[in-house]
Amino acid sequence: MATPVLDKVEAESAASPYITVTFRVRRFNPEVSEHAVWEDFPIEIDPKERVLDGLHKIKWDLDGSLTFRRSCAHGICGSDAMRINGKNRLACKTLIKDINPEKPITVEPIKGLTVLKDLVVDMEPFFQAYRDVMPFLVTKGNEPTRERLQSAEDRERFDDTTKCILCAACTSSCPVFWNDGQYFGPAAIVNAHRFIFDSRDEAGEQRLEILNDKDGVWRCRTTFNCTDACPRGIEVTKAIQEVKRALITRRF
Amino acid sequence: MKIHKYDTVIVGAGGAGMRAAIEATKRSRTAVLTKLYPTRSHTGAAQGGMAAALANVEEDNWEWHTFDTVKGGDYLVDQDAAEILAKEAIDAVLDLEKMGLPFNRTPNGTIDQRRFGGHSRNHGEAPVRRSCYAADRTGHMILQTLYQNCVKEGVEFFNEFYVLDQLITEVDGVKKSAGVVAYELATGEIHVFQAKSVIYASGGTGKFFKVTSNAHTLTGDGQAACYRRGLPLEDMEFFQFHPTGIWRMGILLTEGARGEGGILRNKDGERFMEKYAPVMKDLASRDVVSRSIYTEIREGRGCGPEGDHVYLDLTHLPPEQLDAKLPDITEFARTYLGIEPYTDPIPIQPTAHYAMGGIPTNVEGEVLLDNTTVVPGLYAAGEVACVSVHGANRLGTNSLLDINVFGKRSGIAAAEYAAKADYVDLPEDPASLVQEQVERLRNSTGNERVAEIRRELQETMDANVMVFRTEQTIKTAVEKIGELRARYKNVSIQDKGRRFNTDLLEAVELGNLLDLAEVMAVSALARKESRGGHYREDYPNRDDVNFMRHTMAYRELGDDGTETIRLDYKPVVQTRYQPMERKY
Repeated sequence: MATPVLDKVEAESAASPYITVTFRVRRFNPEVSEHAVWEDFPIEIDPKERVLDGLHKIKWDLDGSLTFRRSCAHGICGSDAMRINGKNRLACKTLIKDINPEKPITVEPIKGLTVLKDLVVDMEPFFQAYRDVMPFLVTKGNEPTRERLQSAEDRERFDDTTKCILCAACTSSCPVFWNDGQYFGPAAIVNAHRFIFDSRDEAGEQRLEILNDKDGVWRCRTTFNCTDACPRGIEVTKAIQEVKRALITRRF
Repeated sequence: MKIHKYDTVIVGAGGAGMRAAIEATKRSRTAVLTKLYPTRSHTGAAQGGMAAALANVEEDNWEWHTFDTVKGGDYLVDQDAAEILAKEAIDAVLDLEKMGLPFNRTPNGTIDQRRFGGHSRNHGEAPVRRSCYAADRTGHMILQTLYQNCVKEGVEFFNEFYVLDQLITEVDGVKKSAGVVAYELATGEIHVFQAKSVIYASGGTGKFFKVTSNAHTLTGDGQAACYRRGLPLEDMEFFQFHPTGIWRMGILLTEGARGEGGILRNKDGERFMEKYAPVMKDLASRDVVSRSIYTEIREGRGCGPEGDHVYLDLTHLPPEQLDAKLPDITEFARTYLGIEPYTDPIPIQPTAHYAMGGIPTNVEGEVLLDNTTVVPGLYAAGEVACVSVHGANRLGTNSLLDINVFGKRSGIAAAEYAAKADYVDLPEDPASLVQEQVERLRNSTGNERVAEIRRELQETMDANVMVFRTEQTIKTAVEKIGELRARYKNVSIQDKGRRFNTDLLEAVELGNLLDLAEVMAVSALARKESRGGHYREDYPNRDDVNFMRHTMAYRELGDDGTETIRLDYKPVVQTRYQPMERKY
């Protein structure tokens, strides 16, 4: 074990940690105005805190009408995907110190989905695309009495795409999706991939046909925005490429 | 106001709610009302695994699992319920596998299992591999798998609908569930759902603590809705403090880290759990480990300049093992602390984690009106409920199990009840309580702020009713909560709109937290003994003569409108196991 003396975290916590940061937030409330506006909020915050902590400071101490979704606050529930300094991220997984607090931090809703209020968007089209790819295990024949066997290698084959938390950071970072909301988008393809490459599943062909559609995988222009945006580190573009390859070779 | 009619209404779309929904939808016309999108629930935060005596990697059986559950709960567990939990665990895991859950696998392709706190072979001989897992994201996989199967079954969801009231109608002298009242976040509209059966699966109440592993949204809404309508809450003084939360933040680091060989160390680098639990060491039950950590801290062996935490040391484990078995928690350490777990120990402290108590139910999930009578048509499952399979302290991996076993049971029972029952008439003006509550908050001009009252509540709870409690500290908390409840009457909100008014709902949630915090503190004050998660320094021993019984707390409303809490007690169901001194 490393010597348990003062470590990095503790050494930094000795001095007063607070700095002043400006949050520049995109506000929209159709009950008030049909136009969206930028609003600046200067706040005192420890740079080791999260962008979500900053939004809470605003909501709890300055303006209770600021509206955003959040729940777990540590990157597993997928509620708080937003555009922070022009990039899709989870507010609860982005520390202030990592995004240059010297300049105003811009926070706006993810793109390509209708904004309903402030940072809240209509997630329904996103979930509809997900539901359309048959995101569930399909098997034939009689159920075994015990578990289906699966080798560790076969389990590993689709591990990456099981990590998806349906936050929409990938889909709403995709230029194709911005231009045409009919495109299934990366998240739906990731969730199709999760089953296509699961050795227990028997509906891979059907899912491939769904994604062979004009709004399917062929729309992907491999810009890698989705891979950059994924807060779970899923290699999204690679997964899409694997689905394309499976469509050509019909091997998966 | 809109009125809807369903056979079965389920409140909450976490693990228990969706497991229930899969069963109920097959058997009855079912609606799931959830304040979050289904995959946002905190089931997804559970990491380490789900216990079941599959015996895939070593000898094991459900009787050993039952014993561990009863002992882990410090004998306050209802043993008939624990036996059901342990027996049905095996099918619960196999059901999930068949639904598609990607468990980690053994070399021969079966579900892999690992060690977890308090789970032992042959009644405490040595740790046993009982936890079925998917890396350190088992809860995430359960949540995703259940949602996938809800999509497959065509479950009908009402997303971002907040249930704020439980409707009860008396028919021929019998109190029956008539439905629920919900607030739609998007529009501010109020909806009445008339239903033959209602299942609460709305989760825990951890947000009344400051350092907690719980989500912001865990505000005890289901417990509060039932309690306000005169239904009891059971064993609310028992709250679990998980030993390994990230220092100051409370984010959960799974017990699976110790199951994989992680060690707790104090500032001298000493493996201190050897002193407190010679056999199970770092894998003793959570209440024992949390108290040991605070004992080290209090006796001056805590780490850091303020000596206020200890270390979780994973540095002796091979990086490949951390990557394969604990990828998420090692990433949390990197993201939130800037620490590399391959080479540096992680600063941790106990974090408020899980409510053992809740809405009392029998083993079919039926909600109790008192010690013996059920409320026809009303069910509860998961953390919101108290069956009681967790007693005074829940074992790790038994909550993912609980939501699956009792989620399924309540889903079947509620739908079968709905198939033979008639609708109960709604009370006159069914939405009045919610309408009045919402309008009062929207129009209030008081000078108290939600965030400030919540902050003070969380601080007093952390300071006074956490791991160590005394009559003095609990009384301080009761007094403070009383003051905060009075101030809450003057709370006002800034957002007066109807569209996505989360300002309003945070105020509603705070009201729930205040009610439940008071129940917890009052129940804790009366329990003059130490048992499981409830540790009284002024009564450090378990007292089976006076307190081998469940607490039942009722809200009493006086003629002048004053609220008081009446405590009653319910016997513990004991079958196979006589209480013994608990050693690990």
